[in-house]
Amino acid sequence: MIRIITACAAALCLALPARADELQEASKLLKAGQHQQALERVNKALAAKPRDPQARFLKGLIFTEQGKAKEAIEIFTKLTQDYPELPEPYNNLAVIYAGQGHYDKARAALEQSIRTHPSYATAYENLGDVYAKLASQAYNKALQIDSSNTGAQNKLSLVRELVGGPAPAPVAAAKEPAKEPAKEPAVVAQKGPEKSDQPAEKPAPAADPAAEILKAVNGWAQAWSKKDADAYLSYYAKDFDPPGRQSRADWEKSRRSRIAAPKSISVGIGSPKVTLQGNDSARVAFRQTYRSDVFKGTSNKILVLVKADGRWQIREEKGG
Amino acid sequence: MKRLALALLLFACAGLARAAATPEDRLSAVFAAIESNRLDTALFRVEALIRDYPNFRLAHLVRGDLLLARSRPLQTFGNVVKTVPQDRVEGLREEALARLRALRERPSEDRLPRYVLQLHPGQKHVLLVDSRRSRLYVFANQGGRPRLIADYYVTLGKNGIEKTRQGDQKTPVGVYHVTGNLPRSKLTDFYGAGAFPINYPNEWDKRLGRNGHGIWLHGVPADVYSRPPRASDGCIVLANPDLESIGRHVQVGLTPVIIADEVEWSDAAALEAERSSLAAALEQWRADWASRDTERYLAHYSRRFASGKQDYAGWAAHKRKVNGAKRWIKVGVSSVAMFRYPRERDFVVVAFEQDYRSDGLSNVMKKRQYWIREDGRWKILYEGGA
Repeated sequence: MIRIITACAAALCLALPARADELQEASKLLKAGQHQQALERVNKALAAKPRDPQARFLKGLIFTEQGKAKEAIEIFTKLTQDYPELPEPYNNLAVIYAGQGHYDKARAALEQSIRTHPSYATAYENLGDVYAKLASQAYNKALQIDSSNTGAQNKLSLVRELVGGPAPAPVAAAKEPAKEPAKEPAVVAQKGPEKSDQPAEKPAPAADPAAEILKAVNGWAQAWSKKDADAYLSYYAKDFDPPGRQSRADWEKSRRSRIAAPKSISVGIGSPKVTLQGNDSARVAFRQTYRSDVFKGTSNKILVLVKADGRWQIREEKGG
Repeated sequence: MKRLALALLLFACAGLARAAATPEDRLSAVFAAIESNRLDTALFRVEALIRDYPNFRLAHLVRGDLLLARSRPLQTFGNVVKTVPQDRVEGLREEALARLRALRERPSEDRLPRYVLQLHPGQKHVLLVDSRRSRLYVFANQGGRPRLIADYYVTLGKNGIEKTRQGDQKTPVGVYHVTGNLPRSKLTDFYGAGAFPINYPNEWDKRLGRNGHGIWLHGVPADVYSRPPRASDGCIVLANPDLESIGRHVQVGLTPVIIADEVEWSDAAALEAERSSLAAALEQWRADWASRDTERYLAHYSRRFASGKQDYAGWAAHKRKVNGAKRWIKVGVSSVAMFRYPRERDFVVVAFEQDYRSDGLSNVMKKRQYWIREDGRWKILYEGGA
C-alpha cells in the first residue's frame, strides 16, 4: 500500500536530507527557465533514488518545458503506470497530447485522471477545453472544413506540483492501520455538525462521539482554510507521527511554510465516514478538496483520531 | 455472478440488435439517449456509429454537439461557430430532421399510397418517393396490392421538385419506371454503388413541353455516407448500402418509380373502389373495341386526346377507317397495372399487355394509356406503345 499524503507530501519530500535540496534547487532552476541545470539536479536526485515520483514528475515537467514531448510523455506515462492513483501525471500527459493535437488521447488521459480523482478540478477544466476542441474537430468533419485555420491555441493547464505525492519511504509497518479485527459498524455522520438550535452541546460527548469527531475534523479543515497554522497544528496529537523520518519540529516548520505560502486556501471535507475503534479511537475517511490560488486538487484521506485530554486529536494522517 | 451473467446476456442482445440496426436506426438511438438526458450513452453510441460509418457527417455533427455540451451549454443543434458556411450546417440539420421525422411518422400498416391502384403480377416491387419527407418507400407486390417493406432517406434536387426544364436542378413529379441498370464499374465515384435511370421525360411530360434528361436513382461518392435532403441536380440519391438494397428489387423496364410531392395515403376500401371503377372502364373500352361499334369505342376517348402527332380528330378518322373494314376483332387485355398520377387530378396511368386479333392483322404489344375523369366518366387522354 502506497501512502499518499495530500498537500504536505511535497513538503516532506523536500525536507528529506540529501535529496530535498536537489529537487528544491531543480524546481527553482526550472522556474527560472534554466532547464539544463534543472535537469542535471534532477538526474542527480534520481541517481540516488531512481523511482522517486517527485523527481520523475519534475523531470517530466522539464522535458515538457523544453518541448521534448516524446521524452515527457514517456516519463508521465510510466508514472501513471507506477502510481495510477495520482491524477497529476495523467493531467500533464493530456496537456502534452493536446499540444500535439491528439485530443482523443488527451481526453482518455483526463478521463482517467478524473476516474481516479472524481473531483479533480484541474482535470475537469482541461477536459472541458479538450471536449470543445474535439467538438470543433467533429464539426469540421461534419462540414468538411479544412481544420488548419481553426487551430486556436489550447489553454490547458499543466500541473506543476505533484501534490498527492506518494511518500518516498515506506512507513513503519506498525503505523499501518490495523485491519479491523471485528468489523465495527461504520457510523456515517452528516457534514456540518453544528446545529444552530443547540448552541452549546457540551454535556453530550458520549451520546454521539461521531458528531464530536466530525466537529474536530471540520475544525481542523477550517483552521487550515483560515491559514491559521497554530490552530491547525493544535489538532495534531502529541504523539502524531510525522510522515517520513522527519522530526516533529521539522514537520511543523514545513507545514507552517506550506500554509503561509498561498494567498488563499480552502479545504473541504466530502462524504466523511467515521469508524469508531473502541471508545477513544476513530478512523475518519473522506474526500478532501484542497483549493488554493495556485493549486486545486481532490484526494481521499484518512485521519486516525484519538481522544486525549478530552479532545479528539489527529494521530495519523494519510491518503487512502 | 448472477449479475455478470445478466450483463453478458444484455451485451449479447445489444450485439444482435446492432447487427440488424441501420445507421439511421442507430442515429435515432443516439437522439433517444439525448432526449432521455443520457448524454454519455448518446456519445458512446454516436462514437460507435462513427467507427462503423466514418463518413456519416451528420453523426460527426451530433458528436460535436455532445462533446461541446460537456464543455459549455449549447445554443442550437449543430452548434458550430458562425464563421463556417451556414448552408452546410443547415443541410445537415435538415437531414437530421428528415431522418428522424421519417422514423417517427412511418405509415401504419393499414395505410396505402393512393397512387398504387393495381400492380401486375410480374411487377415484384414499386418505389415511391415522398419529396417532403425525403423518403423512398419500397413496396412489395402482394397479390396486386402494395405492402411496405422498407424505406430510405433520399436526397433530391437542389431546387426542389416539379422539374420542367433542363438544368433547373429539380426532381420530376410523376409516374416513371426504371429503364436501365448501370453498375458501379461503369460509373465514376460520384454515383457510388450504381445507378438506375428512369424514363423522364415521359409522354405526359413531353406533352407539357417539359425537357431535360438523365434523371437517375444513384448512390453517393466514397467520401460521404449521405448527402443533405436538397443537394442533387434532380436525381434521387441514396446511401450506397441503401441503393444496393433497392438494386436487389429493381426490374429494368418493369419497376415503377412514383415521385410525389407529399404522398397521399388511403385505405384498402377506397383504393378498391377506385380500382374497380377504372377496371370497369377499361373492360368496357376493350369490349366496345371488339364489338366494332366505332362510335361507342371512340366515346372512351377525350376530345383532348393526343398521341404523338395525332390529335382526337386524326385518331377518330383513322379508327373509323380501320375498324369499319374488319369482319371480326378480338382484344385481350392482361397484366394490367394502374397508377394514379401524383399532383394531377383524377389522372391514372394504365399499362397492360394487349393481344389484338382480327381478320386482317394480329399483334401483341405492351400498351400505356393515360385516363382522366371527364364529365363524370373515365376517358383516355393518351394511348401508345410502352
